[in-house]
Amino acid sequence: METVKINDIACNDLPWKIQYHPERCTLCGSCIAACTFDAIGPKMERRRITFTESATPEPKTRFTAQPVIAQANKIKNFCRGCGVCERVCPNNAISSSRNPDSRFNVVYATSTGTGPKRGGRNNLEVQARTLDTLRVGRISQMTDPSLDAQRHVFDCLAPLGRILPANSLPFDQAADGNLVQKGHTPPVHWIYPVIIGDMSIGALSWRMWEAIAMAVAYLNEECGLPVRMCSGEGGMPVRLLKSRYLKYMILQIASGHFGWNRIIQAMPDMVEDPAGILIKIGQGAKPGDGGLLMAAKVAEHIQAIRGVPKADLLSPPNHQGLYSIEESVQKMFLSFNAAFKFRVPVAIKVAASATSVSVFNNLVRDPYNIVGGFFLDGIDGGTGAAHDISLDHTGHPSVSKLRDCYLAAVAQGRQGQIPLWAAGGLGKTGNLAADAFKMMCLGANGVFTGKLILQMAGCLGNDHSRCNACNTGLCPVGITTQQPVLVKRLDPERVAENIVNYFLAMDVELRKLMAPIGNSSLPIGRSDCLVSSDKAVADRLQVQYVC
Amino acid sequence: MCRIGAIKSRHYVHPSQALLLMQSQQKGHDNSGFAMVMQDLGGIFENYKHLPTLSLACTDEGLQIAKAIMDARGFRMVHEWEPQTNRQPGLDIQAMPHYVFQTFDYPETYADASQKDKEELLLDTRLELRAGMEEDCKGFAYSFWPDVVTLKEIGDPRDIGTFFNIWEADDKFTAKVITAQCRQNTNYAIVRYAAHPFFIQGYTALANGENTFYQKNKEFQQNLHRGYIGFESDSQCFLYTLHHVHHELGWPLPYYKHVITPLPFEDVVKREDQQQLLALRQSLAHLEINGPNTIIGVLPDNTMFTCCDAKKLRPVVVGRDEDTVVLSSEVCGINEILPNRNWETDIYPNEREIVVIDNNLEVQRWKQ
Ligand code: SF4
Ligand code: SF4
Repeated sequence: METVKINDIACNDLPWKIQYHPERCTLCGSCIAACTFDAIGPKMERRRITFTESATPEPKTRFTAQPVIAQANKIKNFCRGCGVCERVCPNNAISSSRNPDSRFNVVYATSTGTGPKRGGRNNLEVQARTLDTLRVGRISQMTDPSLDAQRHVFDCLAPLGRILPANSLPFDQAADGNLVQKGHTPPVHWIYPVIIGDMSIGALSWRMWEAIAMAVAYLNEECGLPVRMCSGEGGMPVRLLKSRYLKYMILQIASGHFGWNRIIQAMPDMVEDPAGILIKIGQGAKPGDGGLLMAAKVAEHIQAIRGVPKADLLSPPNHQGLYSIEESVQKMFLSFNAAFKFRVPVAIKVAASATSVSVFNNLVRDPYNIVGGFFLDGIDGGTGAAHDISLDHTGHPSVSKLRDCYLAAVAQGRQGQIPLWAAGGLGKTGNLAADAFKMMCLGANGVFTGKLILQMAGCLGNDHSRCNACNTGLCPVGITTQQPVLVKRLDPERVAENIVNYFLAMDVELRKLMAPIGNSSLPIGRSDCLVSSDKAVADRLQVQYVC
Repeated sequence: MCRIGAIKSRHYVHPSQALLLMQSQQKGHDNSGFAMVMQDLGGIFENYKHLPTLSLACTDEGLQIAKAIMDARGFRMVHEWEPQTNRQPGLDIQAMPHYVFQTFDYPETYADASQKDKEELLLDTRLELRAGMEEDCKGFAYSFWPDVVTLKEIGDPRDIGTFFNIWEADDKFTAKVITAQCRQNTNYAIVRYAAHPFFIQGYTALANGENTFYQKNKEFQQNLHRGYIGFESDSQCFLYTLHHVHHELGWPLPYYKHVITPLPFEDVVKREDQQQLLALRQSLAHLEINGPNTIIGVLPDNTMFTCCDAKKLRPVVVGRDEDTVVLSSEVCGINEILPNRNWETDIYPNEREIVVIDNNLEVQRWKQ
């Protein structure tokens, strides 16, 4: 008897298992061609066939070698459950199903000596979200009528930029009594309250990036929605830096300072100021860890933009050399502010964590009036790659932290002076309008989102560990890869159209929520509008409890 | 909902006029209370215009506490009036034992004090009185300011009038400016302080409506000024915003409207002063009101004004004759006081204006 190799990897060790029906399969090869992970391949199987040749049954046996499609039992080529094979199979002969008895975390570590990594979704704690226990509960009735979402004018804009307290506004009174402005005030831009979050040009394929940029330009110029998008760490193409579309872009400067060189070099040729600068201190999905860009994704143009050779690129966990809020953030703010001559708001992004409120408290006292926004990123967010362990086991949800920051501002009478922007799993259920609205009621001025944008583009991944292979450079739909063959799978026009349509739908939905509370401006801080059916949530967030 | 009204006249007017003004709108309120502030006083207060008058409703004990506080601060009483009350049975009123209007001279140490210092002193004294009498409802200090008296009572406005003998006009208790409210106590347990008009440092405000931005307004205001306390009524916020914009920031009255009902962005960008308007909107976003409201206000110089929410969800009418201007939630109120006026000149203020009545009784409409 053959030795049984118990210690080899078997398909039932892996997180996903292939369901294959040879009787339906015509061996067209579509699934194999489509599976970017090489998780399935052709294989010969020896089959025993019983047949009869006479009129009465006279069973005979024959053995044949028959080609089939089989799952690869290799740790490198494990099936991600992306379902692309099922999509392309003309005969419904193949699909993948989750393996509840997977030993993946053990076998991966034991055979590779390293922990698994994946594209950024947090999979461990998939449960009802805090936001879903909240409802908009103050509905205007007879004495305070609700509005007509279709007809009334709504002011759906949010500030990005440092807002001075009224008694520090540099106002003088003219002879006719009117206020006239004397002196400089920090730049403030009123923009759409949903920013497309910081996803880098290295993480996304060029078509995907182009598609988002296209959607943003369309939303601004054709739909009248002043939507802004944020570059991730790694700058952006010089052509875009020098184009008039730069005004829709918030430039991110992260810990690796990738791309900053190019931005500086392009400055003399810029025809527009960027919409803002976002200094990334931390990110919510993997706080305290850096973003990973695998060598597989560092294509030639990425090397050029980032100014680095092909290698695994890690954005360091923090800005090296910045070790105190007071000293270093000031220094950064001053230099980035100065770079654009104090015309561009400079905001900061931190991860929701036990200390984020302290950071916010510190910034709110900002004596230089240069902190143009506080972006708070929670655990459920993240599109970039990271180690499983960081994604699953670090971080903090954003809802209560956002609330804490807002209430900290309230306690000091400084609400609104540094606009609060929040993210992290918003729109996870597909409805960003509701999430954004609730976050605003809790104190956010606006929200930002990344992952949902991928989903609009056709990302197959989900929060139950489906796909999430953004780190591999093998994204089956061409969103997070730089391989030309795969990138071609993505139709940028369609993606742009999807994003535009989603924003238009969301805009209507936002009004549909503002109307019943009788609000024609964004409901910032209107926690009186929310109720929670969960006592703990109600107490923690200081909203009304209903049952 | 509550009904509000105001009278501004060249002549001294007796509060019976205010009662009449409100009584005709009786269908619109629930008889749970009546309150009024009288400014620019005549009659027995006419000779004390420059000195602050304290308006109190209190128990015996409260009166002692108030006296102790006033003595300790060095105020010297120069005039006192306790209205003759009519404690007949069967009146719907939750009367307090004492209603006291006392006029004081400033403490000696304030002989050379600036106007501002005196204003702060008066505010601090009222806050101290309020705190001192708060426990067990020993008393209520409504206002302490020159040339101002305040009366607030729980019960049926008609009976309140009878109780204070103010249905009968006389020339002892009169004023040129009277603001009044008949309340409807929908949302709260009845609290005396919750009755409009509200008063702080010469500013009076009363409103007909609900402040759907109460939470936002309150959270912002409670840190702005030590005098912004109480928040017993959601409309109190309008007074504090008025005081903050006009008194603390020193901005002219038109900006009050820009703060509480900012123009939509699409309109702001068409304006020459967009920079200022945007700055205002940004910095004072939390003082915006977005719900249904009509506000009547009086400034320290007795200028009276009214304005509405940005969607004009609550009514108000301004009517006038030669000598008197009347503001009222419903036109029937004005008809009662000025039956012979030319009603064609009545003004129904719109959502983007402030109607202002100055001390010459000139009525101006300011477009926002
Ligand atoms: S589900 Fe995706 S990864 Fe798995 S075999 Fe099919 S195509 Fe390949
Ligand atoms: S972006 Fe691509 S690789 Fe990442 S989860 Fe979505 S489909 Fe998979």
